[in-house]
Amino acid sequence: MRYMMLIEPDLERSPKDGMPSQEIMDEMGKLLEEMTKSGVLLDTAGLKPPEEAVRVTSERGKLSVVDGPFTESKELVGGYLIAQVKSKEEALEWANRFLKVHGEEWVITVELREIMEG
Amino acid sequence: MTASQDARARREDATGPPPAAARRATDRAVAAVWRIESARIIAGVARIVRDLGVAEELAQDALVAALEQWPESGVPDNPGAWLMATARRRAIDLVRRKERYARKLAEIGHDLESRRPEGEAQLAAVLDDDIEDDLLRLVFTACHPVLSTPARVALTLRLLGGLTTDEIARAFLVTEPTVAQRIVRAKRTLAKAEVPFEQPQGQERAERLASVLEVIYLVFNEGYSATAGDDWMRPGLCEDALRLARVLAGLMPKEPEVHGLAALLEIQASRAGARTGPDGEPVLLLAQNRGRWDQLLIRRGFAALARAQSLVATGAQGPGPYMLQAAIASCHARAPRAADTDWGQIVRLYEALARVAPSPVVELNRAVAVSMAYGPEDALRIVDGLADEPALKDYHLLPSVRGDLLRRLGRTEEAREEFARAADLTRNAQERTLLQTRAESSPDEP
Repeated sequence: MRYMMLIEPDLERSPKDGMPSQEIMDEMGKLLEEMTKSGVLLDTAGLKPPEEAVRVTSERGKLSVVDGPFTESKELVGGYLIAQVKSKEEALEWANRFLKVHGEEWVITVELREIMEG
Repeated sequence: MTASQDARARREDATGPPPAAARRATDRAVAAVWRIESARIIAGVARIVRDLGVAEELAQDALVAALEQWPESGVPDNPGAWLMATARRRAIDLVRRKERYARKLAEIGHDLESRRPEGEAQLAAVLDDDIEDDLLRLVFTACHPVLSTPARVALTLRLLGGLTTDEIARAFLVTEPTVAQRIVRAKRTLAKAEVPFEQPQGQERAERLASVLEVIYLVFNEGYSATAGDDWMRPGLCEDALRLARVLAGLMPKEPEVHGLAALLEIQASRAGARTGPDGEPVLLLAQNRGRWDQLLIRRGFAALARAQSLVATGAQGPGPYMLQAAIASCHARAPRAADTDWGQIVRLYEALARVAPSPVVELNRAVAVSMAYGPEDALRIVDGLADEPALKDYHLLPSVRGDLLRRLGRTEEAREEFARAADLTRNAQERTLLQTRAESSPDEP
């Protein structure tokens, strides 16, 4: 089974510049390498900040476009990982490890969504 | 733990989940950690005790300790390190006990001084050594040629894949005691043959590596095209094999064939969703809806193939069988429609494959490619040359391919006979139905 892990930092309650420290980046690099070498990590990427985002909505066929940032939502997807795992619990264990890397400065959520296969 | 997790944890404390449910949740968490860490732990411990059976027992003991302690103490911050430390401590205790015993014997023979310091130094060196080396030792030992192929498969899935005996049994449609016995015997065989827990070197390494890759490919194929039973595919096995191939690629980044195998499996797995119809029936490659091919896996396959090719371009080794098969698979993956397939290139790749790994099955596949590139007549000549191959005597794809060629040549009655023969030979129920349909269908149906 595969999981899409959506990384959702709460930017208001996290470091002001929105950037992880070098220490976090190093630890994250190690974790991602470990996930790759375990055959778990299939793909990962970070997303540009929500200021540059744009939303297109269809309300019953009527399209509207809104530019970011989106002040009404507190937690926005900042990146994702696609992981191949044996169980939901294994996906959770990797998500835990990902969160632990961020230490105590960050408020951050990982949403785990199983990918539909076939 | 983050603030929001803290809050959630407090909420759960307040409502108080039933202890049995909490316990089950911890058990599942432990199982997940075990799945991730078991190979490293067994490998790290085997390095100390030099016996796979003992190593697995000690690792299992650590797992049992976790199952007993974690529900009370909570899952430790670094559960993998906890398990490794616990298992290693037990391993060292065991070695020390044996050493003390040996020392007692030695005292009698006044042979103590030369032995002890060496043992201690070895032990310290062992603990500092690279875990990836240990994993490679485990890989090569589990696939050692003194073991039968089913034993290699079972041991590899169990020790490296972290599968339980029950999971292996279900995957291969045999009973759990059969698998358990196979594993016990395999460990005994390794101990009896005094197989060292080492990586092979030199010429032996190439042969042993081939055996490792073969085991993984076999596991994948058993999942991809189940040789027996009612299901056409068992995707769980494919995923296990793919994961092992990726692990190997990380452990042996300089071996082109390891990347070749990973590439082959990624690309083949990319078609998993397209090769079954709505009723679970097989859909052949050229009839598949390519929109359902998994582009992420294809991309990963291309990347692994490129790594293999660049290693071959700069190294002493020529292209190996897995890399060539991956290159063939990539020809299909690159074609937006079946009609766009570069069959000429596929024929050339099969010719290269026939040179490095000649086999009747490769010839049969070459014939299919030739029929697509140059027409059924040339292909039928190749296939007819295979009629007396003992290796293909009971291989259902020989009559199936021959039936295809005959039908394209308008020899309908002969084609029908071939499909019926193929249907009799296959042990897979879904495939049999497909072949029976083809035997009964009229010539203008595809």
